[in-house]
Amino acid sequence: MPKDGIGASTKRREDIRFLTGAGNYTDDINIHGQTYAHFVRSDVAHGKINNIDTSAAEAMDGVIKIFTAADFASAGGIPCGWQVTDRFGQPMQEPKHPILAEGKVRHVGDPICVVIAETLEQARDAGEAIEIDIEELEPVLNMKDALKDGATKVHDDLTSNLCYDWGFVEENRDAVDAAIKSAHHVTTLELVNNRLVPNPMEPRVAVGHYARANDEYTLYTTSQNPHVIRLLMGAFVLGIPEHKLRVVAPDVGGGFGSKIYHYAEEAFVTYASKVINRPVKWTSTRSEAFISDAHGRDHVTKIELAMDENYMFTAVRTDTYANMGAYLSTFAPSIPTWLHGTLMAGNYTTPLVYVNVKAVFTNTVPVDAYRGAGRPEATFQLERVIDKAAREIGMDPAELRRRNFIKPEQFPYQTPVAVMYDTGNYHATLDKALEMTDYANFDKRAAESKARGKLRGYGLAHFIEACGIAPSNLVGQLGARAGLYESATVRVNATGSISVFTGSHSHGQGHETTFAQVVAEMIGIDVSQIDIVHGDTSKTPMGMGTYGSRSIAVGGSAMVRATEKIINKAKKIAAHLLEASEADIELKDGKFSVAGTDKSVEWAGVTLAAYVPHNYPLENLEPGLEETAFYDPANFTYPSGAYVCEVEVDPDTGKVDILGFTAADDFGNVINPMIVAGQVHGGVAQGIGQALLENTVFDENGQLLTGSFMDYAMPRASDMPSFDVDHSCQTPCTHNPLGVKGCGEAGAIGSPPAVVNAVIDALQRGGYNVDHIDMPVSPSRVWAAMQQG
Amino acid sequence: MELKDTREIAAPRAAVWAALLSADVLKDCVPGCQEMAGSAEDGFEATVVQKVGPVKATFKGTVSLSDIVEGQSLTLSGEGKGGAAGFAKGEAKVQLADSGAGTTLTYEVDAKVGGKLAQLGSRIIDSFAKKMADDFFARFQAAVEAEADVSASEEAPVEEPDANKTDDAPKKGLLKRLFSR
Repeated sequence: MPKDGIGASTKRREDIRFLTGAGNYTDDINIHGQTYAHFVRSDVAHGKINNIDTSAAEAMDGVIKIFTAADFASAGGIPCGWQVTDRFGQPMQEPKHPILAEGKVRHVGDPICVVIAETLEQARDAGEAIEIDIEELEPVLNMKDALKDGATKVHDDLTSNLCYDWGFVEENRDAVDAAIKSAHHVTTLELVNNRLVPNPMEPRVAVGHYARANDEYTLYTTSQNPHVIRLLMGAFVLGIPEHKLRVVAPDVGGGFGSKIYHYAEEAFVTYASKVINRPVKWTSTRSEAFISDAHGRDHVTKIELAMDENYMFTAVRTDTYANMGAYLSTFAPSIPTWLHGTLMAGNYTTPLVYVNVKAVFTNTVPVDAYRGAGRPEATFQLERVIDKAAREIGMDPAELRRRNFIKPEQFPYQTPVAVMYDTGNYHATLDKALEMTDYANFDKRAAESKARGKLRGYGLAHFIEACGIAPSNLVGQLGARAGLYESATVRVNATGSISVFTGSHSHGQGHETTFAQVVAEMIGIDVSQIDIVHGDTSKTPMGMGTYGSRSIAVGGSAMVRATEKIINKAKKIAAHLLEASEADIELKDGKFSVAGTDKSVEWAGVTLAAYVPHNYPLENLEPGLEETAFYDPANFTYPSGAYVCEVEVDPDTGKVDILGFTAADDFGNVINPMIVAGQVHGGVAQGIGQALLENTVFDENGQLLTGSFMDYAMPRASDMPSFDVDHSCQTPCTHNPLGVKGCGEAGAIGSPPAVVNAVIDALQRGGYNVDHIDMPVSPSRVWAAMQQG
Repeated sequence: MELKDTREIAAPRAAVWAALLSADVLKDCVPGCQEMAGSAEDGFEATVVQKVGPVKATFKGTVSLSDIVEGQSLTLSGEGKGGAAGFAKGEAKVQLADSGAGTTLTYEVDAKVGGKLAQLGSRIIDSFAKKMADDFFARFQAAVEAEADVSASEEAPVEEPDANKTDDAPKKGLLKRLFSR
């Protein structure tokens, strides 16, 4: 067994280059003859473009060409990758999303024209000289107002600002209404899930390079899924056949969802590179990122939880307005629907669920998936309303959850919201979290805080997520316009080293380490013999990339399947070399042996024979040792966990201090515990950021007021406690070969309700009658709520 | 954002009114104004240099007068484009009323910014707009009062013994030029 196999906390091999400045990010790529693109963007939220005068700018030094929408008359719009069908069986309203604004601008940041110049400075200077005459129109900002009769329309060619009115499970609508009407107790909560700006450390960058010699295009881009970009951009936007289009996503400095989508800038640099016959580079500034990267969340929700006289949940009904922004980003329609409604049973046996979602166009930056994507929104409302219900009926919130949990013996469990959980043990993670946080002695700690004039609170939240996205045939039925399998090619070299080409993409997740651990374990060779190659469509097989905590569950499974094929073939070669029956060949610790004998051949002896087939069964077996597998999962995976946050609130200022944060997760089997802990830390930090600090504010004219790190409060190390993370409760996934569930998003899903529950608990214990505070739970909001309560 | 304030100006209403319609007065009173040309009837073209927090920009734009009720009230609207910095727009509704020997000037300002100015400067934009309005009307008051004193001292020196307090007034002769047009 190799020392860095499955279960080892191997240090991340990629960190050596990241930490020593040797990473190769998209902005590090500079091509001979490269030009620079500067996007001129709308500074109004809604307006009619009367005229664009580029004459002065065109005459300026270094300017090569200025592009407007007219240059893209033959190109398609940016496509949406998911079509949602509404309650009435009709497809969603889907407006055109042009590369550059056509006639109208629809949000601050909407690109209007682009200057390409010899230097970035020249491009920017020329951008200032372009005269754009825009007639400002009334902006559409508030979702509920946007749906009123006679409201200004974001898109004139649509019938209204409603993208869709979705109901799920629609057949249960009346039954849910009846269950709520006849319930013993109903708890209602209205809340906002605040809009977030993803802010990965590396802003987006795109370099387009057209090679006239062979009519080939290469796009280097900060993407989580280069093959998806190749498919969307090649087939739907620019009409470039895939064999003439290469998309490379090299080292990528964080994505969190925001780098899934196909963006206009990618199509622009690719197309423009051919027009001017030179490479074109665009690097987003941080200011641009705030108004051009897809945002996350932005739901306004009313949730009702019905209980019977035993305080068993009988029904959940929700009514949500989900902001789409001005255009449909790649996966935007799926987030508030299939990634949100299907999670509304949570960890509980609630038999009836009805989720209504109205997706609304507004004159704001488009909204799409952000770490967790729909599942944080589902978890937040459910775990908040359960906490409120426990308070109303005077029951310990842990006990109310426990009595409604799906029991371990009930798995596999068919929920009323389509998904079937394969495994789980919610009681185990809850007990673990309560034990880790010494719940039994919380009152003593609260008394100690009180003696110091502080209000201490204990907040618990449980979560379930559907990840490992996803079975292609299922998502196809639900409206996905893509498959969601994953691929891997395992190329064994003659001397025994291995290159694994994976369709998953690592942009901080540590795949180069964990994926190598899996192959090392399977073959029994040292992990240093294995390289993981990703992020280049010319190298890796068609893959769908990394999001939805899918890499190890789907991409890892494809790699396992390909490696199994390698091992099967290698055993045939070994059988030949050892003059034994294939059935008697065993592979252990990198050595093939004949069972019950001392005859053996090393891994490298077999791989060499595969490529130097002098003594080889050529009549029965091809030479070489390279295999590809595509893996399409049979089901989602369902990680779950119990999260506890302990806070202290300063009653004089309303400031919340997080004293401790504990996560007891069930991720199934774990490949690298250290990397899993790191993923949870990052997710929890983002969740605490949402709960306490981050908020996206537009003024009444649609101007983004929180458009820089001066005003958008990114969490800092000093805002975080030391996390207490456990993943010893393991119920392995039953349908993938590694028994893994995925851990990338869990932290961001489970933490916001734990934080807010803790703050409300602190205030209630302090005698303040406060039911709810919308995120971010800032000092001013807490203090204001205390004055009311 | 919206602001409202009142100033007592020691000058007759007619003089205050005339000043409001003057390109020269506006140029001298708009903080950071480099150029101002045009007329009350056709509107003014202006160039203003201002720094808002981290954003410094040259705004080119127009100032127009509307809702004119002779001698009583008008609306001053300005709109400037600052290139990469974004834009600023503002509207000031000004009302005049007699107040003893002087004039009460009431203004309501509604200002709007967009682009980088809004994105980077939002925390300070309210205080910036307030300062701009305060500066403008303070300069305006000083200019008008200086003129009124000068005019008064020239026309009725006996009745205005304190005319010499206008020593440091920067706008000497301004209203006179206006009246003589």
